[in-house]
Amino acid sequence: MNYWPLLGVAVIVVGFALRFNAVPVVVCAALLSGLLAGLPLPVLLALLGKSFVSGRMLLLFVLTLPAIGLLERAGLREHAQRWMARLQGMTLARLLIGYLLLRQLLAMLGLTGVAGAAQTVRPLLAPMTEAAAEKILPTLDDTDRDELRAIAAATDNIGRFFGEDVFIALGAVLLIQGFYAQHGIALTPLAIALWALPTAIAAFVIQSVRVWLVQRRLQRRAARVRAGEAS
Amino acid sequence: MLRIEYAYWLIAAFLIYAGWRNLRDRHLWHAAFWLLLGVLFGGGDYVLAQQAAGNALPAQLAGAGVIMLALLAPRLRRQAHPESSSPAQRLASAIRLGHRLFVPALLIPLVTLLVALFGAYLVIAGHAVFAAPQMTLTGLALACVVALFAASRVAHVPMREGVAEGRRLLDAIGWAALLPLLLAALGQVFTQSGVGAAIAGLAGMLLPTGSALACLLAFALGMVLFTVIMGNAFAAFPVMMAGIGLPLLIRQYGADPAILGSMGMLCGYCGTLLTPMAADFNLVPAALLELRSPYGVIRAQVGSALAILATTIVLMWLLVFR
Repeated sequence: MNYWPLLGVAVIVVGFALRFNAVPVVVCAALLSGLLAGLPLPVLLALLGKSFVSGRMLLLFVLTLPAIGLLERAGLREHAQRWMARLQGMTLARLLIGYLLLRQLLAMLGLTGVAGAAQTVRPLLAPMTEAAAEKILPTLDDTDRDELRAIAAATDNIGRFFGEDVFIALGAVLLIQGFYAQHGIALTPLAIALWALPTAIAAFVIQSVRVWLVQRRLQRRAARVRAGEAS
Repeated sequence: MLRIEYAYWLIAAFLIYAGWRNLRDRHLWHAAFWLLLGVLFGGGDYVLAQQAAGNALPAQLAGAGVIMLALLAPRLRRQAHPESSSPAQRLASAIRLGHRLFVPALLIPLVTLLVALFGAYLVIAGHAVFAAPQMTLTGLALACVVALFAASRVAHVPMREGVAEGRRLLDAIGWAALLPLLLAALGQVFTQSGVGAAIAGLAGMLLPTGSALACLLAFALGMVLFTVIMGNAFAAFPVMMAGIGLPLLIRQYGADPAILGSMGMLCGYCGTLLTPMAADFNLVPAALLELRSPYGVIRAQVGSALAILATTIVLMWLLVFR
């Protein structure tokens, strides 16, 4: 067994830990691992080039930028914030938990590409989240805003991840089924997908509780601010 | 017939436009970076076709291009383009346009959804409108074009202004946009170099085999750790399954394969929430939302990921050995 290619993993860990620019770190790790595995340089270059262009769908999100940029210039985020401020009964927790539920259900139907950081979080969910938080505590600082946007993105990710495994025709379930089939264990995709449900429910409950805790923390801070003003 | 390749050409055109605008603004490093990336996107189909035909030269040139991009990336300083509109202008426009602003924004998910659900049935003059591979993503690309058109109608602004705004956002995201592709390529190189096999070999030496619980914990935490390293639970699954899951948990201790496979994969998903290697879910959103820390999204996910992981491990322990 040749253990030398593992140095590529070490390059990644050290590079990320020292906060170097991630792009050269990743390329160095790939070159190092390949060379230590004894791949000739021309083969390694071709492998790198071919794998890179095969992953082009991962940059598809940039196509959303012109429409979103134009809408933001025309006041989309300002409108989303004003609308949230007017909506009675739409709290921070209800907004994010509602989005989480919707995202999980869509992912369970295999519709993962419908929402995402570029499609829905940046133009809609993040400004609404900030506006819902402003209803509780009008004096949010930049750290609060960063944290709220990050929670919106985290809610989107968790909804997607713990929904998509319940869908029978998607990568994960088929990969599991394929692995077992190679090793002589026959399972239907449905039998595998159903066992993702308990974790899907647990993920929904856990993220909902965390969102609710964030809301409660803001409410307490707001109460302290009001108490400070009154005294 | 609409194919995913058209979306790639559209991306290439947008990248080359961004490069050209940066060239005119004398931001030479940005210009070189986006132009080179645009050429790689435009030439991608040619590279893959030639590679399949046995000519490796274009793929080698693409590999050299990736190394060039890595050399250029540290030169890209995050430059704050001046906002093209003032907050007061945006507020006035928001009040004037109202809910109409939501229509183009919602068209992106809506058109994607319609194509994903009904694209397969759309036939014009005997030809399918959408090619079957990657239909949802083709739908997303179409949705972006439709939304840009709708946005320019709603806001009474020409579409090229939208493309210029898009370039402003692209420059703000910078090299982080590239990471998902690079990490996917790294995964392939790791696989070809036998990194997975080496880790499995190391794990085999350290493994406890004494009790079912120790094996189960090693399997679940191994899924998390391997996913954190590779950025992808799909890469971790076959390795951990072949190393621990199949020989020990299923064959020796009689674990239920359906439950073990499904929940083991979900342990890996918890790892995905924790790692910068899953750049498309963790680093790109941080850049898109203009967070000051690139690890802000991961930080917001740690608590949930660990709680979901603990729950899943307990569920596995209760369920797999019934």
